[in-house]
Amino acid sequence: MLDVGRHPNIKLLAYSELEKLTGEAGNFTATVRKKARYVEEDKCTGCGACREVCPTPVIDLYNEGHAERRAIYSWFAQGIPSTHTIDPDHCRVLTGKKCGICQKKCQAGAINFEQKDTILELPVGAVILATGYDVFDPSRIPEYRYKEIDNVVTAMEFERFLSASGPTEGHVYRPSDRKVKAEIAELENKVRKSLKGLEKFEKDHGMTSAEFYAAHQNGSLNPTEALEKDRDKWLERYSAHLEHETPLLALKEKAKGFKSAKKLAFIQCVGSRDLRFYPFCSGYCCMHAIKESIIAHEHDNDTHSVIFGMDIRAVGKGFEEYKIRGGNNSNIVYKRSRVAEITKDADERPVVIYEDTKEQKVKKEPFDLVILATACGPVKGAGKIAETLDIQMDRFGFFKTDPANPLDTTRPGVFVCGCAHSPMDIPESVAQASSAAARAVQAVMKKTDQKAS
Amino acid sequence: MNKKNVSLYEEPRIGVFVCDCGSNIAGHLDCADVAEYAKTLPHVVYTKENLYTCSESGIGEIKKAIQEQNLNRVVVASCSPRTHQPLFSSSCAEAGLNPYLFEMVNIRDQCSWVHMGKRADATQKAKELIRMGVAKSAGLEPQEAIESSLIRRILVIGGGIAGLSAAQALSDMGLEVILVEKTPSLGGLLQQVNRLDTGKTARETLDEIIGDVRSRSNITCHTSATVQETGGYIGNFNVKIDTEKGMLEEMVGCMVVATGAVPLIPEGLFGYNGKTVISLMELEQKLAKNDLSAKRVVFIQCAGARMAGREYCSRICCLIGVKNAMLIKEKYPLTDVRILYRDMQMYGTYKEQMLWDARGKGVRFDVYSPENAPVVADGKVKFFQTITGKTLELDTDLVVLSTPLVPRKDSAALANMMRVPTDQNGFFLEAHAKLRPLDFAADGVFVCGSGRYPATSTEARTQGIGVASRVAAILFKEKLVKSAIVAEINPESCVGCKACLTMCPYEAITYDPGKRICQVNEILCKGCGNCAATCPSHSAQLRGFKPDQLLAQIGAA
Repeated sequence: MLDVGRHPNIKLLAYSELEKLTGEAGNFTATVRKKARYVEEDKCTGCGACREVCPTPVIDLYNEGHAERRAIYSWFAQGIPSTHTIDPDHCRVLTGKKCGICQKKCQAGAINFEQKDTILELPVGAVILATGYDVFDPSRIPEYRYKEIDNVVTAMEFERFLSASGPTEGHVYRPSDRKVKAEIAELENKVRKSLKGLEKFEKDHGMTSAEFYAAHQNGSLNPTEALEKDRDKWLERYSAHLEHETPLLALKEKAKGFKSAKKLAFIQCVGSRDLRFYPFCSGYCCMHAIKESIIAHEHDNDTHSVIFGMDIRAVGKGFEEYKIRGGNNSNIVYKRSRVAEITKDADERPVVIYEDTKEQKVKKEPFDLVILATACGPVKGAGKIAETLDIQMDRFGFFKTDPANPLDTTRPGVFVCGCAHSPMDIPESVAQASSAAARAVQAVMKKTDQKAS
Repeated sequence: MNKKNVSLYEEPRIGVFVCDCGSNIAGHLDCADVAEYAKTLPHVVYTKENLYTCSESGIGEIKKAIQEQNLNRVVVASCSPRTHQPLFSSSCAEAGLNPYLFEMVNIRDQCSWVHMGKRADATQKAKELIRMGVAKSAGLEPQEAIESSLIRRILVIGGGIAGLSAAQALSDMGLEVILVEKTPSLGGLLQQVNRLDTGKTARETLDEIIGDVRSRSNITCHTSATVQETGGYIGNFNVKIDTEKGMLEEMVGCMVVATGAVPLIPEGLFGYNGKTVISLMELEQKLAKNDLSAKRVVFIQCAGARMAGREYCSRICCLIGVKNAMLIKEKYPLTDVRILYRDMQMYGTYKEQMLWDARGKGVRFDVYSPENAPVVADGKVKFFQTITGKTLELDTDLVVLSTPLVPRKDSAALANMMRVPTDQNGFFLEAHAKLRPLDFAADGVFVCGSGRYPATSTEARTQGIGVASRVAAILFKEKLVKSAIVAEINPESCVGCKACLTMCPYEAITYDPGKRICQVNEILCKGCGNCAATCPSHSAQLRGFKPDQLLAQIGAA
């Protein structure tokens, strides 16, 4: 990424979209909308001071919704370019409220609330589509109860949990436990406030609120004139306080038993190899599951994983060896099965219901955390891209190519690589990217040759 | 560009630039104090604190100071050299100062980040780091970037689909290709294949590509030829090719290994006899000749693969098995076809679709486990059907063993000759499994196709085309320019002990038996410094990190 950002021959237009492509191979004009960042790229140094003072929290989709970012943000810490962006849907100024704190804080003077989208007309010889993929939304499979059961997450969410810079700093906490902890934090905040409101009474009357309340309850309260005056207010505030404190104490008691997730179930082919959704195979998820289980085990040696799959497709270089190593060294058990249903037990534990094909038995097994290998599907808006570029899509919704010319779309001079082509892993994507570059160079050179002759 | 050349005898005039990085650095240490301190250091004639040294105005300050203050060394105390050194040193060059006279000190990662909240300590450490950087910079010497010529001709070894595709793509880019094929005919393994998964025959596909390759004036094909010797380095490899017309000596700029792999002959596996128990490749031949009379066919996948001694999955045999099972069903719908498998490796879109279609055509699939592998005897295949828990005995006319692709026997010798590595299975080992799948670690040498790892014909073609852009990125440049930070060996003091020779991971050091000393090839050297650390007589030294420079830096600590 850094190399691309620094390369003298590469002009990086992040936060931009192609709107139109006219002309022909070797001589296209690409119309690109460069969206307003409300931050001037030539001034922003990426220092992040703005982010630290921004008062507006926004759900962080980079962390799959498990953390918060600010309305002025960079997608992730090492992103290229490091230029920050203001989210116009959430920024107070851009939604018509008063703020501008970031503008005051930015010493580079980079914040510009007046910035507008710009339209660029770029002369280019070839176009490479590397628009990637979108993962399948598992809530479309009702029997897996994603979103209904907190401790059923996607492989991408789990990836963020495992990341040292992610929302759980690499620890595998159960989302249901994190929810309780968030509730505790919220209640503690309220309790702190209500305690403040009781302070004056306690000081004035020389007793704790609990003593006061107990005396009031059993009629032993010795009312002075001052106490008589404060009594109702004190009572009211104390019962409001108890309303927060009682559940807080209960939750704290519950949280004492919280442990990180040790028993993991990985469910493969969620939305893929499934005629109801995507009939095809995503190619990379088996290895992704194995990698995640190995990392979880490296982080905590007590972790045990079961990977439920119809086939374990370890088809790349060194993959089968990696799979075997995971089984031998990282407590991974591979079970051939398509999971039928996921339910929940009393302790928020997801229960996996599946047929053990080796024993020909239907089994129920509880886990601490279930990780769904959600399918790799065509990117949202693939249809629009195809329309803009006037290219065809294949029957699966990816951009169509011919096996004899595996990088060429149906429009000469427009090439495709990576998961925009079809689901594939990193080495395949990188190799394809090099090939697409070769095809693009050829398209540009052909035109140059024609001009020269 | 007229770069300021500094004589070693010229008094150093050092400029120090301390970056606030907004509040990223200045928020956690006292940058003004640090800059003030830098003024007191030996040879420092100018210091400046910038809000952002990397901004246009910050760069402008450096350039202005080089000219106005006649600086001959520049030290920037800011962030990571990984991200910003190229910017600062090239800015120095723009102002006329040799870029190797620039030194960087990282007071962000090493001070403000790791000592956040300890302002005094962070400030103190920044001062000390700058003191060290300044001490080192005083001893820096100007260097000239190393340049070398490039020969715009490529040697492609192997005339299969990968090598042919690479040759085509390179030729399309106007580069000259020498294609060397060991056997008398081009086409590689695909010559033995009947139909491709695309529906076309392999022959049609090959003829199209071979015809095109043969017609190109900038591709020279040598069949029945082998590469005997390779030497030299990126841009200037010299190769000896044994052809039918005698030994040829050629110079090439890059080399591509596309030597493919061979299907395992399943001798001793599942009763293989070449008649009623045959390999996939033999089935391809049978189908090509329309010579199939069997009414009951059983495929056994992973025959000779995914086992002790050959752990890897050969990636393409499931596809080939399903493809042939479907061809049989299409042509002979009444034939009973079963595939016994461990995992069906039909990754991606259309392969999985083939699996659905094969089921639709009536091909039956059954899982077996390697602990309970099928037994072939007396026209029967006995196997444990996991899903029912029963052992079945299938009457069978033909058993087809899906065997893996294995590395060629001679690939180890080729690897040795070209000084490139192979992996534990004997396939060629690329520079980086994920990020550089087509490069060898050795500069200017590339790999594609099944020699790297089993690949479908489409994948091999993609990789062949991909190699072309890896090559073009080198050979489209006017000349090879690389960093001057390489090792040098003082011929006066070298005693020829060869300690450095064994330490060099890039084979950049050679021993000259005439002079009895070791010598560094600057183009091959990557500046790791192993030789300098090893040399007992301090004859091997790394430019920019010489003992007096480093000792000055350590001495100032």
